[in-house]
Amino acid sequence: MNARTLFDKIWDDHVVATRDDGEALLWVDRHFVHEGSHHAFRTLDDRTATVAEPALTFGVADHYVPTLGRPMIVNQDIAGMIDRLSANARKHRFRLFDLADPNQGIVHVVGPELGLTLPGLLIVCGDSHTSTHGAFGAYAFGIGASEVAHVLTTQTLWQRKPKRMRITINGTLGPHVSAKDLALSVIVAVGANGAHGYALEYAGRAIVALSMEGRMTLCNMSIEAGARCAVIAPDEATFAWLRDRTYAPSGPAFETAMAHWRTLATDAGARFERELALDATDIAPMVTWGTSPDDALPINALVPIDARAEKLAYMGLTPGMPLADIAIDRAFIGSCTNGRLDDLRAAAAVLRGRSARVPGLVSPGSSAVKRAAEAEGLDRVFIAAGLTWAASGCSMCVGMNGDLLAPLERCASTTNRNFRGRQGPGSRTHLMSPAMVAAAVVTGRLTDVRTLPPLES
Amino acid sequence: MQPVTTVTGIACPLGLANVDTDQIIPARFMVRSRAEGYGRCLFHDLRFDAGGVPNADFALNQPRFTAAPVLVARGNFGSGSSREAAVYALWDFGVRCVIAPSFGDIFASNATKNGLLTATIGEAETEALLDLLSAKGAPEVTVDLAAQSITTGDLRITFAIDPTRRLQLLEGWDDIDLTLRHRAAIDAFKRTLASTRPWAVPTPRSAIG
Repeated sequence: MNARTLFDKIWDDHVVATRDDGEALLWVDRHFVHEGSHHAFRTLDDRTATVAEPALTFGVADHYVPTLGRPMIVNQDIAGMIDRLSANARKHRFRLFDLADPNQGIVHVVGPELGLTLPGLLIVCGDSHTSTHGAFGAYAFGIGASEVAHVLTTQTLWQRKPKRMRITINGTLGPHVSAKDLALSVIVAVGANGAHGYALEYAGRAIVALSMEGRMTLCNMSIEAGARCAVIAPDEATFAWLRDRTYAPSGPAFETAMAHWRTLATDAGARFERELALDATDIAPMVTWGTSPDDALPINALVPIDARAEKLAYMGLTPGMPLADIAIDRAFIGSCTNGRLDDLRAAAAVLRGRSARVPGLVSPGSSAVKRAAEAEGLDRVFIAAGLTWAASGCSMCVGMNGDLLAPLERCASTTNRNFRGRQGPGSRTHLMSPAMVAAAVVTGRLTDVRTLPPLES
Repeated sequence: MQPVTTVTGIACPLGLANVDTDQIIPARFMVRSRAEGYGRCLFHDLRFDAGGVPNADFALNQPRFTAAPVLVARGNFGSGSSREAAVYALWDFGVRCVIAPSFGDIFASNATKNGLLTATIGEAETEALLDLLSAKGAPEVTVDLAAQSITTGDLRITFAIDPTRRLQLLEGWDDIDLTLRHRAAIDAFKRTLASTRPWAVPTPRSAIG
């Protein structure tokens, strides 16, 4: 057989049928739904259809859940969204991790955490950041409501095979430089729509060296470069991370699975339509200044002289000003991009023994992450610094639950989108890593975390 | 879904680049049911200021363009969130076709499923079309899906669209009905899983039900 890429192999394993126009009907191994999936369930109701494979369908309450004052829900619209998901889970008999469940959290944190995400699977969810699960060597991508209804009804999806792009990142990330900085650098190199029509594969020594959390951050942000999905070859780190997870295969089944997973890596000589290389050693902590994720620069840079006037006006910046002079009003640490235990540890390491100059919200990516963080005292570090320790949900990344900035407020945020109004009408978002948000919290402005003066002991 | 063959009417030169779906419909409106209509939410925070007053600079607020069934935008229209409500908002407002140099992947797919035509043209052609539409009155354009052409006055532009999406729109296909014709193949595939990838079916440990 011809040399194949990792993506080709997963694709081939899922083809149910092909059509003359080149589209393939693909089998879906995992389908995650959330409160926002209500339009799709309505379609099922209209057709009097049922969920074809409830055992492969998992619900998580994340987009609308409150992060403060739980389990009380004051806003009736929000309570209605969560109730509707519960009603659909009961009606269609699929497993739901609801507000009261100890495994509740953001779908892209919970799926891997429970071992529902595995190498070689095809995973979909009505959320664009489903690309996160590609960190395990799964073909994972976001879909709209019509496709959610299609998957619920048929457990399949029609797809045209995307082209393949390999991004090789060698070298070593420096101290306080993280997967988020890598992700923003990749988006700058590719452009906000530069990977349109491509399945990305990340490879190289810097990728192998990343933790699973870091790999998830990188794959998560790949959608911001316009990619259909991103994959990383499963390796020993992947297997070690998955072993003994609740829904992962156990005992001999895990060994059988691992034998298959080892065959998934891209063959020598496999063809990619595009290749790109970056050196991790060159990457500095990154921050965004504008309203698109590719408006990112190293923290020691200046706001571009030639930036579009409407972006500068919206963000309230002057061309040529140092990024490190931008004062912030608020901070947010969390989201499917940077709400995992590693992320909270990185932020807490900076905040330990220091105080916050601005208010901020810390929302762990899942209830399990929250418990783990509390077990090692991270909550006390955030609270002692002056930040608010909250429950898990999408929270201020998408603002659907009411966690919002006021108009013109400026936020240092570990999230994935700095779009106009993303964190509330008129809000100004600067994307960066958890360590960089922590540094901004300490000084009250965008700050190179590497230059914070050491604590006096 | 009703078949789509041509869209004829006034075209609004939106002119914006990287219009993400958060701009098309801000997240706070998405608790609505479709029955309530999403048209009022379209481009809400671009069309209206914080007090709800229409922003006169926004093209769709100009009287000559308010009823335009065609929008012309710059690249990467519909990027970002997978929310299909972005397509509902365009549709409920009366938009039937968006013309741009490129579209967000998930948005373009969502559009097709709802009968909204996405026509891809070159960057230079987009600029020419935007100039023409901005300059005079409220010119009508005709977007012909079968011919893959956009015509207005003497200008004729050929547009690109994924061949499957084109056929789906022309025929008014319902995806689910089409797929259910493959039910035998789907059932056969499912049976093979037990031997090809037995580990792929989740089996929760007894601790968690």
